[in-house]
Amino acid sequence: MTADRTPWIVYALVLAAGIVAPLLFPGYTTQIALLWLMILFALTWDIVGGQMGYNSLGNIFFFGAGMYISAVVQVGMFTDVGAYTSARGGEQLVLGYADYFLSLFAGMGLAAIGCVLFAIVLGWVLLGLRGPYFAIGTLGMALSARELAGTWDYIGAGTGIAMPVYPGLPHEKSVVFYIFLFILAILTFISVRWLYSTRFGLAINAIRDDEEKAEAMGVHTARHKIVAWSVSAFFLGMSGAVFGNIIGFVEPQEVAFPATTFGIFMVVMSLLGGKGTLWGPVIGATLFHVIKEATWTYMLGWQWVALGVLIVVNVVFFQQGILGWVQEKWPEKFGLIVEEDPAEELASGEAAQ
Amino acid sequence: MSSVIEVRSVSKSFGGVQANHDISVEVAEGKITGLIGPNGSGKTTLFNSIVGYHAIDSGSITFEGREISNLRVPQIARLGMLRTFQQTRIYGNMNCVKNMLISVPHRKAAFTDMFRPYRAEMTDKAGHLLEFVGLYAKRNLLAGDLSFGQQKLLEFAMALMNEPTVLLLDEPTAGINPTLINGLIDRLKRANTEFGITLFVIEHNMRVIMNMADTVYCLAHGEMLASGPPEEIQNDQRVIDAYLGAH
Repeated sequence: MTADRTPWIVYALVLAAGIVAPLLFPGYTTQIALLWLMILFALTWDIVGGQMGYNSLGNIFFFGAGMYISAVVQVGMFTDVGAYTSARGGEQLVLGYADYFLSLFAGMGLAAIGCVLFAIVLGWVLLGLRGPYFAIGTLGMALSARELAGTWDYIGAGTGIAMPVYPGLPHEKSVVFYIFLFILAILTFISVRWLYSTRFGLAINAIRDDEEKAEAMGVHTARHKIVAWSVSAFFLGMSGAVFGNIIGFVEPQEVAFPATTFGIFMVVMSLLGGKGTLWGPVIGATLFHVIKEATWTYMLGWQWVALGVLIVVNVVFFQQGILGWVQEKWPEKFGLIVEEDPAEELASGEAAQ
Repeated sequence: MSSVIEVRSVSKSFGGVQANHDISVEVAEGKITGLIGPNGSGKTTLFNSIVGYHAIDSGSITFEGREISNLRVPQIARLGMLRTFQQTRIYGNMNCVKNMLISVPHRKAAFTDMFRPYRAEMTDKAGHLLEFVGLYAKRNLLAGDLSFGQQKLLEFAMALMNEPTVLLLDEPTAGINPTLINGLIDRLKRANTEFGITLFVIEHNMRVIMNMADTVYCLAHGEMLASGPPEEIQNDQRVIDAYLGAH
């Protein structure tokens, strides 16, 4: 329940940047769209990993599951999915604008709902694990989903499933999906900002600090943990649906369940910005994405080494992340102050005697 | 006078260690009941059994007439029976006010309540209780930055915030300096008289427990050694022997 003290000008600047950036740099529209996706990743990871202290390495599962659900829905609305995928990508759906967007929205909606159901069922089992066991359990969940998707013929197995073709021009497509990811990221931010201001926010913080104590105080811990993971899954599922359409082709290894890239980036971005804070994931994701794009451009061949160094420096010297470090340095800016009230001090001092 | 907690012939062993053997305890409603005994005599085990931290081997535990030995920790807590820990436990990365707010009673919490903000009277109550334990000035500090004694006071205030019927306190004065102890005894007594909370207290400090308790139970080697009013226990040769090692 942290009152958000961010000045309105910050929000205005972020919104303005989101609107102006693709107009100023039309060639980078997709890269900037991915920045919003990264911010969404970091924000959703931080609900469970940062605010609740359950370090998930498998959140990418919901991204991939959402992508596959939307693919099946979008294709299934117009043709038989099994026959379509057995053509091994030889077929592609060409749709008009109305049909395309109708199926896209249906796919996104069902992806979100499906992922929430997954989170409830899997959370029931996995959220009983604590500490490193939860991390390993969730990683196993993501990897086994990847293997399952790779052997399931109905959804195209290892060769994947081609998404319907966007009816307009390529640049128009990148602008449209930029808008989708921009809005999704903003919605995610607004949702978590609101959630952290409710009793829910305090409860998951309490679970992070001492779950056993929270249980002893009667907090409905299981209920809160499942809701937290479901919120994560809801937005990740929708973002997966959008990302599948951007790429245009869904396959398990690199696109749907990239556990070693996106799956790890989520964690790294939250840690970098400062986990357990509202703005930390946003700052971390932005910085990480810029560094990543820069190293890919100027240090090709060494880009993974550069990212590795960044992670090591972060984990060894900066565990609390950027915002966590700022809060340690200037606690009074975050309201962590002693507020003396002379009369009450005197009274309580006497009581203590 | 009725009993709010009734423990009937409870036994609990961990492997070959018989931590509790055939223990029966009655905690009288609205009173302060003490539980003493040398280290390793099974006091905390008995507390853990009562609050549902582990299953008991045999016997029965009732709370307000209801069997609770088969319930889990959060369920028992929501019935209105709360415990504090020997190693003080607070939410270290949250400030004191938040520590208090999350401790509001969860008895009637509906599913949708988690999406509501806290009502103003809850924040007020948190402030009053922090004032009651003398932590009001530090209410915006992270609980983890408080001293150990202050954390104990905060944990006590959090327990009061939960409006329990019964409060089980595991060594409330351990590690607190003697000056603060007097203040704490005073507050424990006020919690009992003013808020009507039944207290069940484990304590090693004899001066404290003999001052506060209406009835005292003494455990030794996992068995009930003696019980009765403080004066009687103080003069019981078996109790004295147990503490001095003659038992």
